Amino acid sequence: MNEGLGSPMPRRDGRIKVTGAARFAADVKLPGLLHAALVTAPIARGRLVALDPAPALAVPGVARVLTAADMPRFAAVTTPPMATAVQPMQDDVIRFEGQPVAIVLAATPEAAEAGAARVAARYAADAPLLFSGERAEVPSRESFYVFEEPDLARGDVPAGLAAAAHRVAARYHQPPRHHNPMENSATLAVWEDGRLTLHTAAQWTYGVRYGLAGALGLAPERIRVLAAHTGGGFGAKGYTWPHQLLAAVAAQVTGRPVRLAYTRAQMYTMTGYQPEVAQEVTLGADAAGRLTAVRHASVSNTSLTDDYIEFAHAGSAGMYATPALQLSARMARTSLNIPMAMRAPHEGPGMFALESAMDEMAHALGMDPLDLRLANHADADPSDGRPWSSKKLREAYGEGAALFGWRERPRQAARDGHWILGTGMASCIMTVFRFPASARITLRADGQVVLEAGTQDIGTGTLTIFPQIAAGELGIPIERVTLRHGDTDLPETGGTFGSSSTACVGAAVQDAARKLRARLDGIAALQPASLGAPAEAPEALLRRAGLADLSAEGRYEFGRPFDAAGHAGSHAMRTFGAVFVEVAVDPELGLMRLRRAVGSYSVGRIVNPRTARSQMIGGITWGWGMAAMEASVVDPALGRFLSKNLSGVAIPVNADIPADIRIHFVDEVDPHAGPLGAKGIGEIGAVGVAAAVANAVFHATGRRIRDLPILPEGLLGAGAG
Amino acid sequence: MTPMDPAPLRRDLVRAASLAALAPALPVAAQPAAAPAAAPTLRVNGAVHDLAGLDPRTTLLDWLRERLDLTGAKKGCNEGACGACTVLLDGRRVNACLVLAATLDGRSVTTVEGLARADGTLHPVQQAFIDHDAFQCGYCTPGQVVSAVACITEGHAGSEAEIREWMSGNLCRCAAYPQITAAVQDAAARMARGEA
Repeated sequence: MNEGLGSPMPRRDGRIKVTGAARFAADVKLPGLLHAALVTAPIARGRLVALDPAPALAVPGVARVLTAADMPRFAAVTTPPMATAVQPMQDDVIRFEGQPVAIVLAATPEAAEAGAARVAARYAADAPLLFSGERAEVPSRESFYVFEEPDLARGDVPAGLAAAAHRVAARYHQPPRHHNPMENSATLAVWEDGRLTLHTAAQWTYGVRYGLAGALGLAPERIRVLAAHTGGGFGAKGYTWPHQLLAAVAAQVTGRPVRLAYTRAQMYTMTGYQPEVAQEVTLGADAAGRLTAVRHASVSNTSLTDDYIEFAHAGSAGMYATPALQLSARMARTSLNIPMAMRAPHEGPGMFALESAMDEMAHALGMDPLDLRLANHADADPSDGRPWSSKKLREAYGEGAALFGWRERPRQAARDGHWILGTGMASCIMTVFRFPASARITLRADGQVVLEAGTQDIGTGTLTIFPQIAAGELGIPIERVTLRHGDTDLPETGGTFGSSSTACVGAAVQDAARKLRARLDGIAALQPASLGAPAEAPEALLRRAGLADLSAEGRYEFGRPFDAAGHAGSHAMRTFGAVFVEVAVDPELGLMRLRRAVGSYSVGRIVNPRTARSQMIGGITWGWGMAAMEASVVDPALGRFLSKNLSGVAIPVNADIPADIRIHFVDEVDPHAGPLGAKGIGEIGAVGVAAAVANAVFHATGRRIRDLPILPEGLLGAGAG
Repeated sequence: MTPMDPAPLRRDLVRAASLAALAPALPVAAQPAAAPAAAPTLRVNGAVHDLAGLDPRTTLLDWLRERLDLTGAKKGCNEGACGACTVLLDGRRVNACLVLAATLDGRSVTTVEGLARADGTLHPVQQAFIDHDAFQCGYCTPGQVVSAVACITEGHAGSEAEIREWMSGNLCRCAAYPQITAAVQDAAARMARGEA
């Protein structure tokens, strides 16, 4: 039995993280270290005309200023593993504000920053290109970011809409939002005997290796990427970004270790963001509320040079049973830096629109919003008719509604002093993303077990979960398992993104442990049995066989380098859930507060309910940020992000998030998604929340808000009349 | 301004006294508390460090991280907006990125590295963070822990709502907020029972 699975074990990285002992990329030091500071373009579009490093070189402590002339020509690499197809400092073209144009290297961070401020650069600016849905274009399939068809049609949507008793058609909009992990991306690069080592903030150690190997024309084996702890990622550290490439080159040119740590402002222009998304949803339903047609079209912004696209219709493709479905995703170029997948991509923006429209439909029908969802439950994948790998969404609705008291909620908005209380709900859905993985496990004669995998820690609980799986398989206490991770010298794994690590790397760990058990059983069969002796401890068996240690390699694979929604197999793979919220609105001041929330999920087996709960609370908080405050405003004259900091851009703080957030997982094992029966949970918590909040605001005030975030100006005077 | 609770001062004195006994084992830069008054010095986690010759631009945060290799305090924004660099300056929480190290002659700093006992026993706040799963990636955690110690000693941990307000200077993008609030409440109770 998997006695390790399902146990709410405390995090094994607890002590090092509460004492400050855990080392992140920028915490690493080497003798002779040079500190790098980037000089970045202040214009969105145009040309670098002249650059004079002399004033910077005059600053005491500045060792070197690197410009495009000092850069090697980087080879073209696919996106991903590179984040963007256009590499930095290769020419004089400025494609976005914040683009690096020079690197100042100095003995101290103070000197590097002072030097960067003194580099004299002149630019010729062109007019920036702003977001416009009218310039929408179909993305090129050359980028792996375009992993789905931009268009999907099934059935006759015009006929479905014509036959509908009720129709809802509405437009929804959300601004760009930044990941803003607390750790700014940083890399320490050092060359030794033609080999490059990087300590870096990464969600994918092997991806950084492949990205740099391709760009620098090196054999991947000559690059070692170390990422023991990454201070949050959320998609901002998934692929290979300029800090990694430029630190590597700067270290090569100077022959010294170089640390390049982004400033917070540089995080805004060199790690991506969730793009601006404009959406239009049209629904038709019969008198009983059954959908007759779903149309969902979206346009998201991308950069001048890369085809990143938000598949906002991904949720609509899998959510509800309907005879007619018409989905399209387009992108529109802007002179901003490239956007990037952000917790939760695709379904995150899209389900705000679909679930708001479903609430509008429920209102039009005079139907309970939950009953409308139940009436349209999809028993098979609506996009292609395939059976689900597993789905217990009906249970998630029912058990979540019971926890929240949904059926007992007041039908009219309640009052609490100045506050008007509203309730709202939404469905949640997320594509299951899978990546192959490998792991190695070694049992030593002293009874210690060493588990090894290249995978990185970004805080999702894997440092506890993987040893849990190994200990459970081997039937030993977890205290005897040591995990080595965050290193490309260890067995290859995919990125910690797409809610994939627990299910995929965990499956490789389980496979390794099972193979080790089988080898132990083989050794036991060759040893003379001691009559009547109790079952022998594995390490005792090892000693008796004269072995110092015994290893096994495990793998998780499915014949492809990547899979989304189970297209590699016969079953459609998605995760599901429902989120219920109570929101308070003060229309006199335009204030909005989250009072309580229930998230109820059908996501396969939960390996560690304790870390899983924390991840879902995090996801719901991300959803609240999306609903209530997050916006990276683009200056319409300058075509750049207006505030590139944490003081001019609001993200949720402790005071925003109530203690009363209840997380529930339906008891479920997915027999198709992988041997653990687990799927993924990192992203789905952030899905649906913004719609549930907007729906609660409508319940409280009668005001339908379709533009995020929901700010005081949208609430002032609401429901007062 | 908030009244100072004497407890942390007492604890610092005890720690300083025990460190004095360990003086020969301290790094070269560290001097016993009775160093000559002429040289500017700063006490960090009980050990006294020389500030002479310091680059006047150096923030307390960079000084701790680059000079003393105390990397628990993190640089999340470098402008006082995120709280990841929170340390105690004479018992009060400050953003170390907003304090110039050269201004701190004769002052005393406690960082996250200075909270646990010498025998490795965690501070009640640190233990409560583990018990309540009050962190994920761990990057903001040193700042949260230090801020929580001050939040409790300031007397701002009287209720869940009060904790949420007084812990809002420390951002956590993993969003462990309800667990952090629970950890602070729990630690406050443990410290009130004298377990600190």
